[in-house]
Amino acid sequence: MTAGTDDLLALTAAGLAERIRAGDLSTREVWDAYRERAADDDLNAFLWVAGEAPETGDGPLGGVPFAAKDLFCVRGVPSQAGSRILEGYRPPYTSAAVERIAAAGAPLLGKTNQDEFAMGSSNENSAYGPVLNPWDRTRVPGGSSGGSAAAVAAGLVPWAIGTDTGGSIRQPAALTGIVGLKPTYGAVSRYGMIAFASSLDQAGPLTRDVTDAALLFGAMTGRDERDATSLAHPEEIRLPSARDLKGIRLGVPDDVESAEGIEPGVLAAFRATLARAQELGAEVDTCPLPHARHGIAAYYVIAPAEASSNLARYDGVRYGLRVDGEEGLTAMYEKTRRAGFGEEVRRRIMLGTYALSAGYYDAYYGRAQRVRTKIAQDFHSAFERFDFVVTPTSPGVAFPLGAKTDDPLSMYLNDFFTVPMPLAGIPAISIPSGLSEGLPTGFQIAGPAFSENRILDAAFALEQAIGFDGSGVRA
Amino acid sequence: MIDRAEVLHVARLARLELSGDEVDRMAGELSAVLDHIEKISELDLEGVEPTSHVVEVADALRPDEPRPSLSQEEALASAPAVADGGFEVPSPGA
Amino acid sequence: MSFEPVIGLEIHVQLRTRTKMFCGCELSFGDPPNTHTCPVCLGLPGSLPVANARAVHFALMIGLALECELAPRSIFHRKNYFYPDLPKGYQISQYDEPLCRGGHLGDVRIHRVHMEEDAAKLIHVGESGRIHGADTSVVDFNRGGTPLVEIVSEPDIRSGEQAREWLILLRETMRQLGVSDVNMEEGSLRCDANVSVRPAGTETLGTKTELKNMNSFRFVERGIKAEIARQTALVEAGDEVVQETLHFDPQSGSITSLRSKEEAHDYRYFPEPDLVPVKVTEEMVQAARAELPELPADRAARYESELSLSADSARALAFRPALGAYFELVLAQADGTPAQTVANWVAGDLATRLGDADPADSKVAPDALARLVAMVGEKAVTAGAARQVLDRLVAEGGDPAAIVEAEGLGAMGGGDELADIVRAAIEANPDAAEKIRGGRGQAIGPIIGHVMRETRGAADAGEVTRLVREQLGA
Ligand SMILES: [Mg+2]
Ligand SMILES: [Zn+2]
Repeated sequence: MTAGTDDLLALTAAGLAERIRAGDLSTREVWDAYRERAADDDLNAFLWVAGEAPETGDGPLGGVPFAAKDLFCVRGVPSQAGSRILEGYRPPYTSAAVERIAAAGAPLLGKTNQDEFAMGSSNENSAYGPVLNPWDRTRVPGGSSGGSAAAVAAGLVPWAIGTDTGGSIRQPAALTGIVGLKPTYGAVSRYGMIAFASSLDQAGPLTRDVTDAALLFGAMTGRDERDATSLAHPEEIRLPSARDLKGIRLGVPDDVESAEGIEPGVLAAFRATLARAQELGAEVDTCPLPHARHGIAAYYVIAPAEASSNLARYDGVRYGLRVDGEEGLTAMYEKTRRAGFGEEVRRRIMLGTYALSAGYYDAYYGRAQRVRTKIAQDFHSAFERFDFVVTPTSPGVAFPLGAKTDDPLSMYLNDFFTVPMPLAGIPAISIPSGLSEGLPTGFQIAGPAFSENRILDAAFALEQAIGFDGSGVRA
Repeated sequence: MIDRAEVLHVARLARLELSGDEVDRMAGELSAVLDHIEKISELDLEGVEPTSHVVEVADALRPDEPRPSLSQEEALASAPAVADGGFEVPSPGA
Repeated sequence: MSFEPVIGLEIHVQLRTRTKMFCGCELSFGDPPNTHTCPVCLGLPGSLPVANARAVHFALMIGLALECELAPRSIFHRKNYFYPDLPKGYQISQYDEPLCRGGHLGDVRIHRVHMEEDAAKLIHVGESGRIHGADTSVVDFNRGGTPLVEIVSEPDIRSGEQAREWLILLRETMRQLGVSDVNMEEGSLRCDANVSVRPAGTETLGTKTELKNMNSFRFVERGIKAEIARQTALVEAGDEVVQETLHFDPQSGSITSLRSKEEAHDYRYFPEPDLVPVKVTEEMVQAARAELPELPADRAARYESELSLSADSARALAFRPALGAYFELVLAQADGTPAQTVANWVAGDLATRLGDADPADSKVAPDALARLVAMVGEKAVTAGAARQVLDRLVAEGGDPAAIVEAEGLGAMGGGDELADIVRAAIEANPDAAEKIRGGRGQAIGPIIGHVMRETRGAADAGEVTRLVREQLGA
């Protein structure tokens, strides 16, 4: 460890990029320092760490290494989505998100651990073992992008990317005290991103601060002809600079206080941040989102239904695990998928298959899609009166490993505040909003489609005012 | 809410082998989640259009221009079993 | 009690785009296995489909040609089932919002037309090679993802033969549109038939069975006929027709139940979230319409209005485009001969001799037939004799005038040579002659027959009748 490592470690990704551009730091120094820390990972955050620094362009992210959630396909690199059924699988192609970031100059340092096929909110569903929360190694880092969150929080990598379907970027960011952004649906190409729920999945940055989030998101977003649902962002992504929240109207859903399982400490941190926002000039008022409370019910029909179809390709025929049933094809299918999928994935495949099966489609999938329309309409009318809708990101702080694994429903309720946004396809960020019982809490800011620049600006102003310091866990 | 027979039927549709006690546990767990989901059946959703697509951009259609394919070797690189340049599987009829 | 067959057809047409339906791999036939694949058509983790614009263009042309109602917004659905030839575990198809609804072709209505992707090819490694006999199979994904249009007819067809004729019209229409090679051997056109029977005159539909993958129109006809017979026998014996998927074996003519991959499946259709709706704009419709050739229905209308052909002749020629094209070539050479006459020769005499074959490939050159028809018109040869010349033309081609000369088939003049033959015929048939004298004109048959035999069909029947009356003073 060279003398300079400590201050190198203290720099954010944007800081590193600046020093490299200015010639004060070499990309080799930065790579070696972080490669060593990633290799010594004792949080089980990484599933694969790069050997040599890959060649990358010299774009705006010049030389600042990044980590990618396991489910991002990278040519020749293990891309297993945290599952046994894809153990050791190395794709013949690279995902659009990783491609764009590498082209912007950031070398890929490693692949991070995750809940299997992004199903979970504690990272305990990974076939490769749970990830530990650097704030308290007896607790979960959140999920499903638990590895990326823990690695950034513990300073094992300057920044990382994850995916968010029902909260899988924002919730782990909240539980590990870092920033996580789920962009507008379609803002980042899903090509090469191993699918969980196609109409909800979005890739996004997990970073130490809002500026890094803006920088990394700016490199990821863009229309991609290989993803029919991807859209060109109407605005150039700018680095945030707002100093206050004058004229900004924040809407607080009327059921935040009564949300099932919300912890007093989380509520206190949330109220403190609202007060901070008002000091910065924001107006705060309650806003009705009558159908948001049904988001969990709609989500746990739509996501499992799409997942049951998206995971049908894992059949032991063309790649991945195969368990040969001597009694022919059907046995081979059933044994392979039985051995290859973890319990939570099997549960959701069953739930999704049931919701789509004959006679139940209208009662479940059809209805859930209508609830989704109502939730989108609720947000639309909320944004006529408010600039953003704000909530705590998670009802509770990081919970102990094993605390919720036997009660799927309570695990699902972790996503209460984060599920409505992907259902409406709108962007939302989570920023650290202080500690509760010594553990980080997250403050969520959601805005209309393609309002990322305004969300980042507001989050930046709040971040400066809150002054959260997560360096303690990066020692 | 969802009984053993239905669990077995759904498991066959999903090509998932379930052992005896797993069927019971799955029936219990799925029923709990389905009870929670039932809440949306109380909502009045008359005349509400389902959202089948969050993005309704005009068609993102691809021009009919060839792109390079994988070599046979690349295509078969991760295959669990290969024969005659193809992916070998137990026969469907068997 | 007589039974009425009720038949509907489901046809899959492979489109002749350059690339597959949802990826940029090139279409191929017969190349080494798995050399035209990519992450998308192999169903690799993380791959996404993007619909082929030209396939949508071809599908719109088909919809316009069949006079369907084009959906301003149609979406793709997933059809979920497990089978080794289906890499994603679902086929991307269309379900309750297809691209086209309604329309018709000839007098059979169209129920719907939609776009989907083809499955891969499963090759059985094992003794009998039949789907049941082998222990392992090998999958080649080259064909997987090829664009298909599925055309579903209303159950308006009433016989195996009508089914075959309609399929010929459909194939010709697709070929004329230039959207498919329509080659049944290569599988670029596949047909399944839904067959049921019901007591004649009733309206409700009986239980239907599905006859799958018959790979020639003739087998479709024979398969349907065999299934109609099977069902009729069942119903007459008071038994129930069971809804099932069946296979017709052309060699043995037998029908067996096909425990097919899609048996008793719950396809759990839901909208394909990876694809956005297909919004059909005015420009897309104009672009498709601009590429439409003259269609059978329009051609029939033109034949009636411009060439004043009878409705039947116009349809016969328009609905077999190859026949229509040949007719127009003959007509161009047969100036002076009325179009209807040329039509009778082409759609009647020639068509019966050539069957389904394309006249353009026959030995009968258009100008040869034109001259033959002209000779009949000029009474240089009788119609009967001309048919014998036509047989020779079909067999060996050549020049009609030369054949008439060589075979002495020239029409008899009115002259005394014919009169002598008529006199002899009368003497050989005294009682017939007596009846004619007694005013019963129809008794002339035997005498005409005698003259025709003597002149080997070269005499003109009208002329002979006149001479007989003259000689008998009737
Ligand atoms: Mg079909
Ligand atoms: Zn392909």
